[in-house]
Amino acid sequence: MEKVLGTEIVKRGMAQMQKGGVIMDVVNAEQARIAEASGAVAVMALERVPSDIRAAGGVARMADPHIVEEVMRAVTIPVMAKARIGHIVEARVLEAMGVDYIDESEVLTPADEEFHLLKSDFTVPFVCGCRDLGEAARRIGEGASMLRTKGEPGTGNIVEAVRHMRKVQAQVRKVTLMSDDELMTEAKILGAPYEILKQIKVAGGLPVVNFAAGGVATPADAALMMELGADGVFVGSGIFKSDSPEKFASAIVQATTYFNDYDLIGKLSKELGAPMKGIDISKLSQEERMQERGW
Amino acid sequence: MRRITIGVLGLQGAVQEHIKQIESLGHDSAIIKHPEQLDHIDGLILPGGESTVIRKLIDRYGFYEPIKQFASKKKPIFGTCAGMVLVANMLHESPDSHLNLIDICVKRNAFGRQKESFEAMLDVKGMKTKYPAIFIRAPYITKAGANVEILTTYENHIVAAKQEHILVSSFHPELTGDNRFLNIFVDMVVKSLTTITN
Repeated sequence: MEKVLGTEIVKRGMAQMQKGGVIMDVVNAEQARIAEASGAVAVMALERVPSDIRAAGGVARMADPHIVEEVMRAVTIPVMAKARIGHIVEARVLEAMGVDYIDESEVLTPADEEFHLLKSDFTVPFVCGCRDLGEAARRIGEGASMLRTKGEPGTGNIVEAVRHMRKVQAQVRKVTLMSDDELMTEAKILGAPYEILKQIKVAGGLPVVNFAAGGVATPADAALMMELGADGVFVGSGIFKSDSPEKFASAIVQATTYFNDYDLIGKLSKELGAPMKGIDISKLSQEERMQERGW
Repeated sequence: MRRITIGVLGLQGAVQEHIKQIESLGHDSAIIKHPEQLDHIDGLILPGGESTVIRKLIDRYGFYEPIKQFASKKKPIFGTCAGMVLVANMLHESPDSHLNLIDICVKRNAFGRQKESFEAMLDVKGMKTKYPAIFIRAPYITKAGANVEILTTYENHIVAAKQEHILVSSFHPELTGDNRFLNIFVDMVVKSLTTITN
């Protein structure tokens, strides 16, 4: 009865268990405990939430392992952490520490402007951001076990996450309706691995879970992303940059589960206090747009 | 045999995977998001997910008593992974148990963190060939009462068991194309219907 670790089913399956849930960014043990108590399915341990990364400027790197360990000790739910795009060693360090999922994330400053990590080489599963099916399929081809929209992190503005989710969903629908002889040209147009598109066509959908991320700030935002076909939601700055993190966290969790119960979402949204202050994305310069990172 | 309907508690977790497997066996399925729906199903699956989250939503949306009543009518319940944690009478080194429907003590994340998650071929009671079991941050059973039937073990830990109308597994039958484990549950549901109607 031999045990096989880190298989595709085991890595993708871990993300499937997170479906219908909310993954919350936290920067210390106290926040992690609040997130767990509010019903987060996992926490993302970071040194700074994306809006603070924007404010701080400079190079954003993997969190201090001390913070990650502190969070891992504080909660029983899975703990994720971010490594820079293409930073093999940050990813290996996080894997060695035993984090449950690594986000190869455009929120951090990329370490490699040409190549992403070969994620299939790792035992730990990875989540990656995408804006369209080409990007999604390339990440799956490299071994990502879970996807999320990139959105525009740290802005509290849902517009980019909506754009990316709609784009991916529309392109997936198109591929599933294509005839076999059209797929290769579509692969060329999208810059997507042909084999992955074939899998999508046969299965009638993406082979991995796809969450929404990058701008979710309210219960209605979370429900909107579920309505558009997200399998779950990441909330970065939206919880702990709001007026009342416990209330926001709990309301966003419930709105994600009951995303088409509008009476309930109305009730959940009442008197929550102010959400995080948002940013008009058109005011961001090209260099400030995190979604352009990754290739 | 009349058609049976199996519900999957749809609060969080791998719900759709169970639904697909139920339908692949030719049975009716239902995603259960409201307690009233329990009146219309013959068996209930508590899926894999995060047990802490599912428990919170069970309480907040008034599922606790209805699920207890469902079980008290001897209607079958199948808990996979997080679902097994939810139905156990006791949790290892913790005073908090949840639905208390089966005489077992369960240890959460017992095999370790995600990087220790694994697949293994297991001998399951009643199956002629080995069964592909998928363990994801899986729990196992540390103690089982005398009336609990042990269906399989891994490295000397109990990872699937049954007591009357309650079935549990540490692993995820819904992630494989092998329907044999779900069939154990389907048989329980069919049998319960004959007993209940008689």
